[in-house]
Amino acid sequence: MKHESNERTSFDKSKSFEPKIVAFLCNWCSYAGADLAGVSRFQYPANIRIIKVPCSGRINPLYIVKALYNGVDGVLVSGCHPGDCHYISGNYFARRKFALVKKFLEYVGIESERVQFSWVSAAEGVRFAQIIDKLTNEIRKLGPLTYFRKGSTCKGDQT
Amino acid sequence: MKNRGSTKKEMKSRPRATRQKEGSTSLTIDGIPVKVERGTTILQAASTVNIKIPTLCYNEALSPYGACRLCVVEITKNGWRKIQASCICRAEDGYDVQTSTPELENIRKTMIELMIARAPESKGVLEMAERLGVKRTRFTPRNDDCILCGLCVRMCAERMGQSVIGFAGRGDERKISTPFDIQSEKCLVCGACFSICPCASDNLRKLSKKPPRPLNDEFDQGLRQRSVIHIPFPQAVPNAAIIDKRHCVHFLGDRCGICQDLCEAKAIDFDQNDRLIDVRVGSIIVSSGSDVYKGKMRREFGYGRYDNVVTSIEFERILSASGPFYGHVLRPGDRTEPRRIAFVQCVGSREEAHDYCSSVCCMYATKEAIIAKDHAPLLDCTIFCMDIRAFGKGFDEYYEKAMKSGIHYIRCRPASIDEVPDTKNIVIKYSDENERAVLEEYDMVVLSCGLEPSQHLANLAGRLGLDLNKRGFLRTTAFSSMESSRNGIFVCGPCTEPKDIPETVTQSSAAAAKAMELLKDVRGTQITAKQYPPELPAYDQEPRIGVFVCHCGINIGGYVDVPQVVEYTKNLPGVVYAESNLYTCSQDSQKRIVELIGKHKLNRVVVASCTPRTHEPLFRETVREAGLNPYLFEMANIRDQCSWIHMNDPLAATRKARDLVRMAVAKAGALAALKRVEIKVKQKAMVIGGGVAGMAASLSLARQGFEVILVEKEHELGGNTRYIYYTIDENGVQNFLENMVREVYDNKLITVYTNANVEGVSGFVGNYVSEISIDTKSRVKCEHGVIIVATGAQEFVPDEYLYGQDERVVTQRELEQMLVQRDPTVSGVKSVVMIQCVGSRDDDHVYCSRRCCSQAIKNSLRLLEMNPMVKIYVLYRDIRTYGFKEEFYTEAREKGVLFIRYDSSNRPAVHSDNGSLSVMAFEALMQENIEIKPDLLVLSAGIVPSVDNRRIAKMLKVPLNSDGYFLEAHVKLRPVDFATEGIFVAGLAHSPKFIDEAIAQAFATAARAATILSKDKYYAEATIAHVNEELCVGCGLCSNLCPYEAVEIQVKEGKRVSQVNEALCKGCGTCVAACASGAMDQYGFTKRQILGMIGTLREW
Repeated sequence: MKHESNERTSFDKSKSFEPKIVAFLCNWCSYAGADLAGVSRFQYPANIRIIKVPCSGRINPLYIVKALYNGVDGVLVSGCHPGDCHYISGNYFARRKFALVKKFLEYVGIESERVQFSWVSAAEGVRFAQIIDKLTNEIRKLGPLTYFRKGSTCKGDQT
Repeated sequence: MKNRGSTKKEMKSRPRATRQKEGSTSLTIDGIPVKVERGTTILQAASTVNIKIPTLCYNEALSPYGACRLCVVEITKNGWRKIQASCICRAEDGYDVQTSTPELENIRKTMIELMIARAPESKGVLEMAERLGVKRTRFTPRNDDCILCGLCVRMCAERMGQSVIGFAGRGDERKISTPFDIQSEKCLVCGACFSICPCASDNLRKLSKKPPRPLNDEFDQGLRQRSVIHIPFPQAVPNAAIIDKRHCVHFLGDRCGICQDLCEAKAIDFDQNDRLIDVRVGSIIVSSGSDVYKGKMRREFGYGRYDNVVTSIEFERILSASGPFYGHVLRPGDRTEPRRIAFVQCVGSREEAHDYCSSVCCMYATKEAIIAKDHAPLLDCTIFCMDIRAFGKGFDEYYEKAMKSGIHYIRCRPASIDEVPDTKNIVIKYSDENERAVLEEYDMVVLSCGLEPSQHLANLAGRLGLDLNKRGFLRTTAFSSMESSRNGIFVCGPCTEPKDIPETVTQSSAAAAKAMELLKDVRGTQITAKQYPPELPAYDQEPRIGVFVCHCGINIGGYVDVPQVVEYTKNLPGVVYAESNLYTCSQDSQKRIVELIGKHKLNRVVVASCTPRTHEPLFRETVREAGLNPYLFEMANIRDQCSWIHMNDPLAATRKARDLVRMAVAKAGALAALKRVEIKVKQKAMVIGGGVAGMAASLSLARQGFEVILVEKEHELGGNTRYIYYTIDENGVQNFLENMVREVYDNKLITVYTNANVEGVSGFVGNYVSEISIDTKSRVKCEHGVIIVATGAQEFVPDEYLYGQDERVVTQRELEQMLVQRDPTVSGVKSVVMIQCVGSRDDDHVYCSRRCCSQAIKNSLRLLEMNPMVKIYVLYRDIRTYGFKEEFYTEAREKGVLFIRYDSSNRPAVHSDNGSLSVMAFEALMQENIEIKPDLLVLSAGIVPSVDNRRIAKMLKVPLNSDGYFLEAHVKLRPVDFATEGIFVAGLAHSPKFIDEAIAQAFATAARAATILSKDKYYAEATIAHVNEELCVGCGLCSNLCPYEAVEIQVKEGKRVSQVNEALCKGCGTCVAACASGAMDQYGFTKRQILGMIGTLREW
């Protein structure tokens, strides 16, 4: 991918913080989009670990919170474009849920940008690579998530 | 981008190997002991242990040259030390090689600085500089655009056998050139030199006398170039690469062959040839598609002459995220963002040469405009059209939405399209409402090209013995659009008439039903069931996980340290065995996995290789052959989602691969054996509604050998068709109907209930029990496996324009009856006004009734046939005679029918004064009021959904759309299915449509229903939801969310609990994620499995 190489960061050793991001991908679209990015050899940062789910609607907000709690710095949830859900309406339910998750995260004091939601179809390999590139950069800027970690003192306890 | 110089490659399979003697050599590289074949270079030796030495002049397909000197390494042997270019230095016993020391780094930095000075804009050089930590050069830039790496020279000589280019000059003047600097005639313009150049130098193109021939990507409409070996488009099936023989230099002259040398899987077979295969079949279905219009676009519309005039298909690619501009809306000419785009409709449609409407362009132009505006909200989109033909289900709403979002529709065909030479903008000349000529400038013009018969269709039709119609499409039978002119050959899609996706998919299923009617006796006779060993029980024991990590040749092994991953895996909890394979998917590996499962008593298997989307079925099959339940298998995708996307960072790729395997192992430990529930199927269908759609569906199912119960609420069969005598292109509707009714009654497999109503339905796919009331007296209970809803619709009863108050005001349907019965009131009329869109496209009915325009035209033509002197005025909003119906619109205009457009904000007014009717209309084109005093006013009344729909929808638990029609599972791809398995919809119950369309849809439901009825068992999904009844509080949230009606609240022992119907659940998991009490879970994606994977992230 020639056009992306300028933004690539994997050679860059000067930046000390490499965020950990977990991506929950719908089996029918975004997971296939991630495969297509691979087949097309679009290079993107190695900061994500993918968990395949049958539908974005399967994702319980608890998983997002648990992932943050277990040490990741960012979460991506990606499903089918509106109207394209393999299971008719799962992505709409997911969208509603994640609006609430973001509010919840803000409420407990976690930057809501750490959790992002996107639509990627099976034909959008480039888009997937771009999203991961952008997300990694954004979370890199936010820095590591120190609060709300397993074993860390929760700020909320002080009250 | 593939880092060409650093891919691992062993030389042994290559003819040009640099080895001299047999035997092996041992050395250490960066402290790692390496054993390679004698004759291997240090660069190659290093890559076998994943050490990537930077280089710009090495390519594994070519002989090493040692030009760039970036690959320098430090070699120590017996106390002496030297610095050498590793690409040309052979490995020798006892060498201690260092690839990265401060001294080497300094040399590389100096070299790359020199190269930057020679080619300051080269991407390859700049990328390497970034990798080496060099930002700028200390030397004066020369802008040679060439670093003298010699790759092009070697490529041309060694692989292309041409030696067109070479080095010329010495020292400071050294350059790449042809002999005597004369443009070469020998050059093949194959582009190999250019493709391998790290500077992507344009100078190379100037060396040949022949102009470069860019190889345009057909799928991207030539907006992007492709290589000779390519995958035609991202979702091609099979998703495999092909060689374009017309352009491959190997096929053109036995040269190159690099692909064959480099392909580890040995998949390149130059000897493969087209083969003729004999297939014995009982029926043929032709779905050869159509072509996009390519007529006079150059002359009239400037296509090909002006850079910024594109076709709609090209624009579709421009909008695509995977398209040539990655979803940025850009002008192809100069890659700038357009601010104003004009769409020109009816390019190659509704004109003399193509006297039909292409049916799809109005909607796709609207869609493209909406998507373009989504990409760039400030974009100004204008659509030049004659009518907007938004006749499909939900289309009118979409059109309204487009207008609200600021897309302009101008009802005019542009008079001229010209380019502004300086800006390359396009000026469109057209006349506005006041007939004034207007010049408007746009940045870009999109031509909405129509569809025409595919160029190979005539040939194909000739070979198959099929007739073409006068427009060159395949001729179809009246009322049966999937039947060709030859018995046993069926047709579908736009090879018969231009049509949209839903109609195409519907017609395809209908063609399948037709073929199945012929083949019913041999159905399933060619299937051989595979035999498996009995499934081993007791897999709730402690997990014994076996992990197989695939090298995939170099695809994974070249970037991920596979042995390290295997070692790491061995220590993971539950893993009792781990190994790596060159190709885990190869046949011998499969055999080995089966053996190892037995030998190590493995009860879970993890394969870390490519994507489960392609290979999971294969591995599941393998574990099943070993006697394991196929669901005790898990995959880690370390190729598509790891090695291939982190090619430049082997360390990170290896770390990621380890994590992915750890996550897969965590999930595998929690896997359970799953079963697909087996459900007995009652091989009988119930069809609700005895109109043409219901009868056609019943007949097709009966002809396929299935029993059918046909339930009609009225006293006779026929539905709305009883009131139709002729269509726009066919007479004899009543004859057709009569035959159909007789055939239904004659068919022994069809049980007809008239005056009957379905009172209740219980059960699920394969096992329904329905209660039918007959004559409101008796009731019968029926068992059946599927339900087809064909409940029809009604004609709207107008409540305006004096309908019902003045007997001279009638509906089209009434007029048709009067015409057929030669009613004297009709034969005497001198002038007739028809008002379109009565009860359509208004606030109460936001949809188009689709058939009324054609209805008005067919009745007008009949009226004129009876009395050529009658004056007919049609007050319309858009004339929607799509497809071949356009011909009749033209005919009506030619015969003097006056079509007067009115606007929805300015509807006609009807008065009756002094005994004469008066119609006032505001003529939108002339912008003035006109008054007509007709003898007869005909209202083109729309279609409204049946009042019974709501009750039936509730009873069957299927949805209605906002207009009150039944809502299918997917508007485009599953047009006759409901989301609920086993229930289908056809005819007017789905949306307004013509008779032939309703029949096609009915046949489609028969085909879809037969997919269930043709087997005596139905296998449910395995990865479905289930309930822990002890935890369930019966809140019902799950049941509300389920799109398949698979979850129900039942009362069990006085407690409300949720219940999952295993036959209906599709396994989306929405209910599981929503369950607040944690009672719901999903097999295959359990909470424990997902949280287990999340838990391993702690060790990341």
